[in-house]
Amino acid sequence: MIEIDLTLDPNFVRQILTKFIRSEITRAGFSRAVVNLSGGLDSAVSCFLAAEALGPQNVLALRLPYKTSSFDSLEHAQMVIDQTGVQARTISITDMADPLIDLEPAMSAVRKGNIMARLRMIVAYDQSEAFKGLVVGTGNKTEILLGYTTLYGDSACALNPIGDLYKTQVRQLAREIGVPEAIITKPPSADLWTGQTDEGELGFTYDEVDKLLYLLVDQRYRPEECVEAGFEEKFVRAVLERVRRNQFKRVLPPIAKLSNRTVGYDFLYLRDWGT
Amino acid sequence: MKLTLALAQINTKLGDVDANLEKHLALARDARQGGAGLILFPELSLTGYVLQDLAPAVASLSEADNPVFRRLLEASRDLDMVIGFVDEDPRRRFYIASAYLSRGEIVHVHHKVYLPTYGLFDEGRFFAPGDSVRAFDTRFGRAGMLICEDFWHASLPYLLWQDGAELLLFASASPGRGLNADPKLASSAWVEHINRAYASLFTIFAAHANRVGFEDGLNFWGGSTVFDPDGNLLAQAPYFEETLTLRELDLNQLHRTRARLPLLRDERPDLLQRELERILQRQKVNAARYNSEKDKE
Repeated sequence: MIEIDLTLDPNFVRQILTKFIRSEITRAGFSRAVVNLSGGLDSAVSCFLAAEALGPQNVLALRLPYKTSSFDSLEHAQMVIDQTGVQARTISITDMADPLIDLEPAMSAVRKGNIMARLRMIVAYDQSEAFKGLVVGTGNKTEILLGYTTLYGDSACALNPIGDLYKTQVRQLAREIGVPEAIITKPPSADLWTGQTDEGELGFTYDEVDKLLYLLVDQRYRPEECVEAGFEEKFVRAVLERVRRNQFKRVLPPIAKLSNRTVGYDFLYLRDWGT
Repeated sequence: MKLTLALAQINTKLGDVDANLEKHLALARDARQGGAGLILFPELSLTGYVLQDLAPAVASLSEADNPVFRRLLEASRDLDMVIGFVDEDPRRRFYIASAYLSRGEIVHVHHKVYLPTYGLFDEGRFFAPGDSVRAFDTRFGRAGMLICEDFWHASLPYLLWQDGAELLLFASASPGRGLNADPKLASSAWVEHINRAYASLFTIFAAHANRVGFEDGLNFWGGSTVFDPDGNLLAQAPYFEETLTLRELDLNQLHRTRARLPLLRDERPDLLQRELERILQRQKVNAARYNSEKDKE
């Protein structure tokens, strides 16, 4: 295996990301942010960054447990709240989710998971209106590329500070900004059902896939060059196929073009237009 | 002769020329108070960078009676200025441009020659490329302006050097990219590297004003620099912070460095021209041969 180094300078990255949060929120006319805290690493990092960028009093952290959520998740989210000093609310989504879930006794775990992720999005956006803040995203580059996310659920946000950092890089950043060690070292999990872990569900570790994605995406290696570099061909093919199949989660829905000027094709402005 | 150079490392409002103009005038006042003779603003400093469909809406005709230019020219009476804007020519083509203003006159306008249209860049879609590069005389000596990608190509700084420039004035809106273990993005390291290289290879002053701030997710990294003809870093602005950096340049350093290291005297542009003509001729012959073989198929 060739050496692949995803080391970053965490303090340097932290400077860019806190400036990004401050810039993109204030120029949109806001000064506050809302973050859904799952108890996991990514949302902890986003919350720490938002608290540093905007001041803890300007950040609302939401804990949105479902009845099957692990107690650890709730505890770990509380550790983040305590350590950052952000404002916080806990709202159970059980009574929102169950009437829908109960309609179909044979509903799959994936469907239930998607319902929970989308309900959490609804609560975050509703709270953001009341709090007059923007929803800060928590998706990392690994899960965005793999499509390991619920469309219009956990992927929904107004801005995402950590979406260009692989999971293993988010972990490096977490150490710098003071995320509790218990959150950094526990196995990553969507916590949608008991015992679920990302790496168990994906079938590979973040350490492996981050390195492969770095070659494929950042370094523009061809698949056969990744195999030469030491990755198993089956693994390379499976990851590439996942990346391809999930492209739809990374773009806005295509609009059927009819006129001379169509949003998305030839009506082109940044979101920061005029600010 | 001494020149106090001001590097205006600013953030801009995307598409808001009035707001950006006010910032230019305020910084020009500060620079003047600090004793500056020349203030260098970044690429597209009057408009912001990722303009896309805003480009035609923010274009200015680089004419003295244009209201934006009128105020800038007013400000240039006792402070030379390099400003970045979208130039619209009489045939309604839009260019990424820098203008050198001095004593109420437009001394020179440069149109960006190399429009990056790859990776995160899409300039060629929205702008016409410039087709000339010229040095010009200023009250501080002969100067040349280039805009960002222009100086990623070695040929343009070389041409300015041969055209007599003693002062390279580079303007960028450079989006930071390339994460590694260092507290510096790969793009910043690259730009600093080549700026130092130009100063050293051409025994010239090389000044670079870069933007800061964000446009959507793009960060502009700042870190504006000025190198002397020995390749020494005279001043560098911080990364990511809006700053006005003033640095006195001893222009006599050109005399001393070029006395020690006569690279300009010994340069053989005639040889370069001959060899380039040969290379271009060979390319033409190869292309003709390829086309005639295609015809036979």
